[in-house]
Amino acid sequence: MAYEPVLTKYVREPNSFTLDFYLQHGGYEALKAALGKTPDDIIALVTAAGLRGRGGAGFPTGMKWKFVDKKVEPRYIVCNADESEPGTFKDHLLMERNPHLLIEGCAIGCYAIGAKVAYIYIRGEFFHVQTVLERAIDDAYARGYLGKNIFGSGFDCDVYVHRGAGAYEAGEETALLESLEGKRAQPRNKPPFPALVGVYGKPTAVNNVETLCNVPSIVTRGAEWYAGLGPEKNGGPKLYCVSGHVKRPGVFEASMNVTLRELINDYAGGVREGRTLKAVIPGGSSVPILMPDQLDTQASFDAIQKAGSLLGSAAIVVLDDTTCMVWLAENLLHFYRHESCGKCTPCREGTDWLHKILQRIERGEGQMKDLDLLASVSGNVAGKTLCAFGDAAVTPVLTTLKHFRHEYESHIKEGRCTLPAPWRAQHPVGAH
Amino acid sequence: MSFHPKMAYGATFHKSSRQLEDEGPVFVYTPENRARFDVIVQRYPPEQRRSAVLPALYLAQYQQGYITANAIRHVAELLGITRADVEDVVSYYTMFYTRPVGKFVINVCRTLSCAINGAERVTEELVGKLGIKPGETDASGTFTLMEVECLGACDRAPAVMVNDAWHECLTPENAAKLVDDLRARGEDALSGCHHVIEQKRAEG
Repeated sequence: MAYEPVLTKYVREPNSFTLDFYLQHGGYEALKAALGKTPDDIIALVTAAGLRGRGGAGFPTGMKWKFVDKKVEPRYIVCNADESEPGTFKDHLLMERNPHLLIEGCAIGCYAIGAKVAYIYIRGEFFHVQTVLERAIDDAYARGYLGKNIFGSGFDCDVYVHRGAGAYEAGEETALLESLEGKRAQPRNKPPFPALVGVYGKPTAVNNVETLCNVPSIVTRGAEWYAGLGPEKNGGPKLYCVSGHVKRPGVFEASMNVTLRELINDYAGGVREGRTLKAVIPGGSSVPILMPDQLDTQASFDAIQKAGSLLGSAAIVVLDDTTCMVWLAENLLHFYRHESCGKCTPCREGTDWLHKILQRIERGEGQMKDLDLLASVSGNVAGKTLCAFGDAAVTPVLTTLKHFRHEYESHIKEGRCTLPAPWRAQHPVGAH
Repeated sequence: MSFHPKMAYGATFHKSSRQLEDEGPVFVYTPENRARFDVIVQRYPPEQRRSAVLPALYLAQYQQGYITANAIRHVAELLGITRADVEDVVSYYTMFYTRPVGKFVINVCRTLSCAINGAERVTEELVGKLGIKPGETDASGTFTLMEVECLGACDRAPAVMVNDAWHECLTPENAAKLVDDLRARGEDALSGCHHVIEQKRAEG
């Protein structure tokens, strides 16, 4: 049976972002239906559907909503639209081409946890997306899908867009809340989790854009339909971002029955002519790489975890045989060094050390003992920080060392990069 | 007497190397920006005006081009927080400039998906064309070149962001031409986000 897209069915249609188009295709019916049920029914429905967070961790959304402390007022929904994991660009598509789906998801989420306000925290680089989203919100207010007494039910809901200003760390949920409160995006100690103490110290559910976009279809089509779309515990539609060395990079929607090989070869057109696949990063730069013999792994949360990696934000970066793995680790550690928020010493200092060691190996000035040093520094960062950033930052180092140690050794033995790719600069700008 | 025998008390006192932002000219929001600020601040609970610090700083930056100590003071007064609170935020986020920048700030994405599709060479070409290094502004004040981390346009790599607008699939061969086009046509020279392009194509 061919898979029929749920989230992105109409994204290529002109005007798919307008309220009229959305209403013609069943828009806001889920909100109307939801307001006819009790909030607890909605949470039970989402729990039964088995919706898992699409931001990276795959945590059950129903459980997250259930944990929100219902005795404290006010409560908040905060939508994480920071989308800054390298390789990820799915929420961008949803917000720009189907913004009302997100607004409807926010409204249903608010109803379920008893919140009256939802903030959509969008990354600073998405200025053009903010424009589309704010226009959609204005239209929804004008027709009574947001604001006071929605559908005459007595339920009030406001949705606001809050634009960040360039910080990867703001994608971490407690750092995002700090940023929303007008401070530096630095993570908080947990527990307490945001469900008890979130934004402004009030109970808050922080959900990814794609997660909230899944909610309306669960309400209209039921938990059973939703769970049946994919393998057990990995139900529902999923967006995959395929980029890197493929012929047709892009966002593809599929059920989680799909395999990595199908996504790379059938959806994204495979690697370019004359090239072979060297490795795949299946879930954004923070997860371990998978090797070509693991391509038949199902692209679901559980199957990828079993294969030794993580689905993360489903950002699949395909690397062909021109990619130097030492360079790759150096490139990603440059990212993590730059984006480390600086709160925890192991991460702030460790990412800088790792980047410097990798730079010197890549330049051909490394020594064999540097490989042990990389592992040692990594071990002193991972698990020793407030948020998952530390673990994420050392992953590119550890995973390339594990699978491509011979490349590190040949760099050190030959005193140069042994795989200078044609797409690299002859004289990289050494401003860092 | 100093506690430390080698530290002559009063002679070589440690001086902070911390640079404060430029004082800059006198800063107040224009009436239009003040009206926008008053709308934005309503989005947050009355006792949480501090939440509006990012949008308030964006308004200041759009008005003046960069953030000065006077702009920080103005924002702090409007939000009822200290200047240090605002400066803390300004110095953390990469999208606020504390020095004047060019009319066009070219941000080249340098992270993995763009890098493996030629972003290093795009930067190399732009450096050659503009005669400046990343982080610098040219003598005429028209262009600032920056290398930035992942923009979230990995499917259209290499991507660049010029001011707030995107230009996608910029090849090294086209990089120098983009500079000329920006000079001639301003931000109209940019491709924009491909979703917008497809939209325009669908509308005919």
